Parts: sequence; C-alpha cells; structure tokens
Amino acid sequence: MSSILSISGVSKTYATGFTALKEVNLDIQRGEIFALLGPNGAGKTTLISIVCGIVNRSSGTVTVDGHDINRDYRAARSLIGLVPQELTIDAFESVWATVNYSRGLFGRPANAAFVEKVLRDLSLWDKKDAKAITLSGGMKRRLMIAKALSHEPRILFLDEPTAGVDVELRQDMWAMVRRLREDGVTIILTTHYIEEAEAMADRVGVINRGEIILVENKAELMRKLGRKRLVLELRNPLPAIPEAFSHYALELSGDGGQLTYTYDNQAERPGVASLIRDLEAGGIQFRDIDTQNSSLEEIFVNLVRREP
Amino acid sequence: MNLPTAMNLRAVWAIYRVEMARAFRTVLQSIVSPVISTSLYFVVFGSAIGSRITEIDGISYGAFIVPGLIMLSLLTQSISNASFAIYFPKFVGSIYELLSAPVSYLEIVIAYVGGAATKSIILGLIILATASLFVPLTILHPFWMVAFLVLTAVTFSLFGFIIGIWAKSFEQLQLVPLLIITPLTFLGGSFYSINMLPGIWRTVTLFNPVVYLISGFRWSFYGKSDVSVGISLGMTVVFLAICITIVAWIFRTGYRLRN
Repeated sequence: MSSILSISGVSKTYATGFTALKEVNLDIQRGEIFALLGPNGAGKTTLISIVCGIVNRSSGTVTVDGHDINRDYRAARSLIGLVPQELTIDAFESVWATVNYSRGLFGRPANAAFVEKVLRDLSLWDKKDAKAITLSGGMKRRLMIAKALSHEPRILFLDEPTAGVDVELRQDMWAMVRRLREDGVTIILTTHYIEEAEAMADRVGVINRGEIILVENKAELMRKLGRKRLVLELRNPLPAIPEAFSHYALELSGDGGQLTYTYDNQAERPGVASLIRDLEAGGIQFRDIDTQNSSLEEIFVNLVRREP
Repeated sequence: MNLPTAMNLRAVWAIYRVEMARAFRTVLQSIVSPVISTSLYFVVFGSAIGSRITEIDGISYGAFIVPGLIMLSLLTQSISNASFAIYFPKFVGSIYELLSAPVSYLEIVIAYVGGAATKSIILGLIILATASLFVPLTILHPFWMVAFLVLTAVTFSLFGFIIGIWAKSFEQLQLVPLLIITPLTFLGGSFYSINMLPGIWRTVTLFNPVVYLISGFRWSFYGKSDVSVGISLGMTVVFLAICITIVAWIFRTGYRLRN
C-alpha cells in the first residue's frame, strides 16, 4: 500500500509558548482506517488542524497524495474531508443549503443527486429543509459528516466522531466508516474511546504530549503488547499458593478458589502448558479454565503511563 | 500570500450566495430598519431643521442631506455586514470549513467583501429611491455617483472585514462602528456644509476622512463640494489601498485565523 498522507518533522508551538507537537512523523496508507489515540491535550486535534490547513505549523512538511499542503494547497485540501470535534454549523441554514454550500466551497459543481444520496445514507433526507438549529445533537453530528462528504473526499478525518453520541448513532457511524473504506476512502479517526479503535482500525497510532510514541498494526500491537490471563477455577480451595509454584507469579483469589496466571504474548515461554502439567503433578485439580486477552484500552493506558 | 493558480469561482459563488441569503432571511434587519431610520433622519433633519435652513450652496436643505444620509448608511452597513459575516463563523466555529477548503485568500475576500458591498449598495439605492419621494433629486454625474457608491462600499466592507477578524467579542465588533465611524460620519458634513463651521473647526474637520467621501458623493449629485473632487477620490483610493494592505498582511500571517 502506498502512503496517501505524509507528515514529516511537524512541530507546533503556539504564541502562548505552549508546544503542542514535537517533530511528528507519520505516514498514512491509502485506504486504511487509522486510529490516532491519545489522552486529552495530547495534540491530536492540532495535528489534524495542521494537515487540513486550519492551523499554521511551526516547522515540518505535510504532503497529501504527493501535494504539499502549502505550495499545492488546492489539490491537497480538495482531497480531504474533515468532521471536527465540536458541532459548529451555521444554525440558521437549512440542511440542504449548508451541505450544498460545503460542496461549492470545495469547488465541486452542483450535484443534487449526490447530495441526496449523502443525506439519505446519513438518514437526513427527511430533514433536508429543516434549519440546523432545530436538529438534535445526533442529527447535527450527521450533518457535520454530510458536509465533510459533500465534495467526495479521498481522506476523511473524524475528530472524536462519537463523543457524546448514543449507541445507535455510534453503530451507524461505524457502518458508514466501513462503507467509505470499501469505496477506497482513507479514514483517520481520533478518539479516546478505545473500543472504537479496537473495532474499526487497521492501524493505531498513540500520541502523548505532542509526540507519536507508537504506530502499529492493531493486531500486531495487541499481539506484542497485549497480555493474556489464564483463570483456573479450582476444585478444592487452596489456603495459599504452594512454594513449588512461586516462580509462576500466580495470584490466588480471596476465597482460595481461583488461580490467575498473567503472561505475556511475546514471552518465549509463556509456560501455560508446563503450569497445567505442574498443577496436575502437584495434585491441584481444577474444574474450569478460561483465558482473557487484554483490551486495547489496557495497552493504551500502559503505554501512556510508561512515558516519563 | 498564496496566489491562486486558477480561481475557485464556485467557492466564491457559494460564499456570496450564503451572504446574500442571510440578507434576505433577515430582511427586516438588513433592509427595512435602515430605510426606516433614514426616513426618520429625513423627517427630523429635512423637515424640522429644513424649515429653518432653506438652502445650502443653492441646494434645498432636504436635497442637500440626501447624499450624506446615503453615505451614513453605506458606511455603517458595509462595516456591519462584512464584520458580522466573518466574525460569526469565527464565533460559532464554522470558520474551520472555510480555512480547510481549497480557497485562496483573494477568493475569500472577494466573496465576503463582495457580498457585504452588494448589500450596502442595494440599501444605498433603496434610500436614494425613498429620498426621491420626499424631495426632487438631480444627479449631475451619474457615473461618478455610482463610482463613489461602489468604491466607498468596497472600502468600508474591507474595513469591516478587518474588524471582524480582529474582534474577539461582540462588544469589540460594535466598538469601532459605534465609537469611531458614527461620530466621524455625523461630524463629516452629512447634515451641513463644512464651510458653515468656524475657521478652526473647519480645519479640524479636514482630518476626518469621511468628509472627503461625503463631499465627493454630494458633488456627483449637485456639482458642489466642500473639498476638491480629485482630493475626495484620492482619499477614497488611499483608504482602499490601506485596507487592502492590512487584509493582505492578515492573510500572510494568519493573524487571528490560523494561529
């Protein structure tokens, strides 16, 4: 896969002296769903704003499909659609007018059929004549997406797309993102809802204090950094973990009826098989066994905590 | 400043159309209320005071104040239209869309300033038509009348655009029109000839740029002016050039837009 967005050495220091980004390097592959994770204030929105031309960077270069965002800003920007975090719409415009305005702004000729399709896909067609101010929060969010899609972008930025939206809308959005990806649109979403990244992303980047601390294929990330837990339900409760098992770093539940063994996916010898063998040899019987994978959320929290 | 390789005329049209649609949506505020307030000026100044001052420079007082009244509306409306048009998206946050669109600075200015100037020119012409119901009007130099109308509308729309970008609050947005433009217009010879002022005040008044706008505009109607027409035109062009320079600087630096 070739890169559609290339960010190289990008830094941003605001007039207040606050450094929001430090030498960020990032390549986004064509057609992928990339999740940019980071705690609040990590620099996610600043990075997106720089790529989209909303904020000037202090240094570095950004190219979109080979077009420099300054020298060739028309070509670069016409490829990008942005759904910002805040619901910012001219409240007195109708849905139909504001989506057509967005299309015109990006230099596209009027296309009523296409705009109708976008509105229908987002369940907004019934509201086409309604003023934005009369829409519910969820509808406004859909309208922001419709505006971003109105000029048929090849890259879609979704900045915290599901912040404060209900479960139904969240599911709808995920379905829409998948449909767009099938059409070849590259999607970059920032989120601090880890399950969103876990459910959708092909690759995950983690940004913290203005620095990209990790970019990894999601499955690979979970394999590398994920931890597994083996939970054994004992047939007979134990008063304590026998001395012979001290090298396994087991945990015993309060009632003595459950043994938990946490191990690394990457460890050369997880030792699950030998643990089970040793347990049998030691006469410790169990009636049930369960394994659990750590979630992306746990991985993320561990990564961010690890930072000095 | 990024120079466009090819104009994004669709974007200019999209912005212009939204601005014009806003004027029609708020027709009471945009058109009707300035017409009513101008008619009131006309009744109060034209009829009440006009009955005491019969004529100035051979022109009946009622007819004399018409160009000043049009200028008064043209200046205030150009500034308020353009400043609100760019401040409102900044205030609600929808400016992100404009900044992320493939639109050059020149196109943004043409669209917003064009929209604001169009509205105030339409308003000026409506006031002219309203005034013609009260007093007989003559326009000796129609070409120059239109030229002063357009130049002034564009210049002050640019000035309003600058205020809209500079303003951080609605209070600041109102500050310049209220505290500077309105007094300058009232003191700029809208309702009198500056030749009626005593010596020192006449000299002080010559530092008021609005004097030149009103004087030149009145000349296009009646062929009489307080200061030479060439100077009036020159001052208007100078003010236009200053506004263009400031707008160019704003966009080059991203002042209060991209920082």
